[in-house]
Amino acid sequence: MQPVIKVVSLTKKFGHLTAVNQLSFTVEQGDVYGFLGQNGAGKSTTIRMLLTLIQPTEGSIELFGMDLNTHRKEILQQAGAVIEKPDIYKYLSAYDNLKLFAKLSNTAVTNAKLMDQLDMVGLAERAHDKVKTFSQGMKQRLGIGIALVHNPGLIVLDEPTNGLDPQGIADIRNLILHLSRDMKKTVLVSSHLLSEIEQIATRILIIDKGRKLVEGTAAELFDPAQTMVMLDSVNNSGTLEKLRQSEWTEALQQQRDGHILLKLHRNNIPALHRWLVQNEVEVISLQPRHSLEDYFLQVTSGKQHVEAFSN
Amino acid sequence: MWKLFQIELYKIFRRPRTYIAFAAITALIVIVQLGLKSDGKEYSEFIMSDLKNSIDVEGNIVNGYFVCYVILQLLLIHVPLLIALIAGDMISGEANAGTLRLLLTKPFSRTQFIFAKFMASAVYTIMLLVWIALLALFVSMFIFGTDDMFIMKTQYAVQIEKTDVFWRYAGAFCFAALAMITVAALAFFLSQFAENSIGPIVATMSVIIVFTILSTMSLPIFAKIRPWLFTTHMVTWKEFFDIKVNDANESIKGTVQHPERLIRSALVLIGHIVVFLTVTVTVFKRKDVLS
Repeated sequence: MQPVIKVVSLTKKFGHLTAVNQLSFTVEQGDVYGFLGQNGAGKSTTIRMLLTLIQPTEGSIELFGMDLNTHRKEILQQAGAVIEKPDIYKYLSAYDNLKLFAKLSNTAVTNAKLMDQLDMVGLAERAHDKVKTFSQGMKQRLGIGIALVHNPGLIVLDEPTNGLDPQGIADIRNLILHLSRDMKKTVLVSSHLLSEIEQIATRILIIDKGRKLVEGTAAELFDPAQTMVMLDSVNNSGTLEKLRQSEWTEALQQQRDGHILLKLHRNNIPALHRWLVQNEVEVISLQPRHSLEDYFLQVTSGKQHVEAFSN
Repeated sequence: MWKLFQIELYKIFRRPRTYIAFAAITALIVIVQLGLKSDGKEYSEFIMSDLKNSIDVEGNIVNGYFVCYVILQLLLIHVPLLIALIAGDMISGEANAGTLRLLLTKPFSRTQFIFAKFMASAVYTIMLLVWIALLALFVSMFIFGTDDMFIMKTQYAVQIEKTDVFWRYAGAFCFAALAMITVAALAFFLSQFAENSIGPIVATMSVIIVFTILSTMSLPIFAKIRPWLFTTHMVTWKEFFDIKVNDANESIKGTVQHPERLIRSALVLIGHIVVFLTVTVTVFKRKDVLS
């Protein structure tokens, strides 16, 4: 089966600045493809090139097996997008916005279909209220509704959880999972919130300074031998001294925010726990840190460009 | 593109700011009409004072046709601001609201996008002039009645029979629409460079002010460029009210004194619209949308 997105050697230069540098990746049918990178890494520029908002300096983009330059209209007919903030017409209602963008996508929709769409994003009850009265989360959900109104095969979401509260973030996460699992859509989602991406993405690409660092599934990127464990006790300095004089001294890492940090294999965490109890350490918390977050910080600050884990 | 054009019109007429221009025009016209209704006689005596000893004018001088001419002279200088308010916002407003990037991911070309938006601006401009015509001409005809039209030019006076006036207003309004669409094209062109509408509106008005100064200053240094400035031709609608006379100095019904001036000005204005629109399409097609 041909990939939904195939990007080869994509480069974008703004004057002397290279925002995207020889980037290549593919997104397969049904993937929830997580696109990770720090602010300014080149995620939004890449997404804008995929949607023809920015002209690439070099490289090629194929969507649904068609060249983006020569089949722009056919491709955009099959793609829906929310790019950064979901800015929509504030002086129109949610219903009118949806209807307007359905028309722009050459899609004939009935009143019932529009209401179904609003229901899916949880806005049916506010259908006829003007968007200017909506919260950021509601605007975001309406933006996704607009992206879906013409039933596209590919959904592109650029930082869809920006500015949302925890409930809003959870709503968007559930919506993306629904799109992928129940509606069989291919989703490309960019974010700098690693925990969000880890929970929904079937594949992950990490970029930095416009270059690909790593690509793979969350399981492939996760290394159980590199688990970071954060320890907090009543007397951290005393605990640290005890650890230094024990078999755990090799696992000790630099302290972070006053906590004790240990790097060890995931299977050794119970043994550490036992040792702490035996040595009468008054533990407040002992928690493995987010593995992908550490990995992300490691690869993006290490400036090492490693080959993709797969492909 | 028809669908896109319809949507653009829908957006224009759903925005509250669109109606500011209609409200402002209504207020201005009503003020002038009230002023002329109360002091019309004194006003006509004032403008006829130079001719008092040489000719004798009878009848209703301050009639609907005359009032409309006065209103157009006063108003058409200010209408460009109201046009720029909408046309200058057509692209920059979308960029500012963030909707530009969403619109341009829809399955139509950027050329179609520009043409649809420009056509919608032109329709708005025409509707504004139709509104002016309704208020300034038809309401004035109702309030002040009709009679022969008597207007003062710089060096002479023109009298036009009342049965010969109406088509002249039709021509004058069409010509004014062309001039205002030129302003819309300029504001629209400038609109693509900004991410808020204040910039294009101020820039459009600045260009008009500078060009108007150049058009009116009778210095030889500006003589060569003056015929090519669109502002020189924006007032050519007045030519419709300059009637041809025969050897006996009698007006020839259904004529204008200098039809070639009307044609030349119309061509210059159309040329400006084509150039502004072509450059807008060319630049916009290559533009990276970063808003």
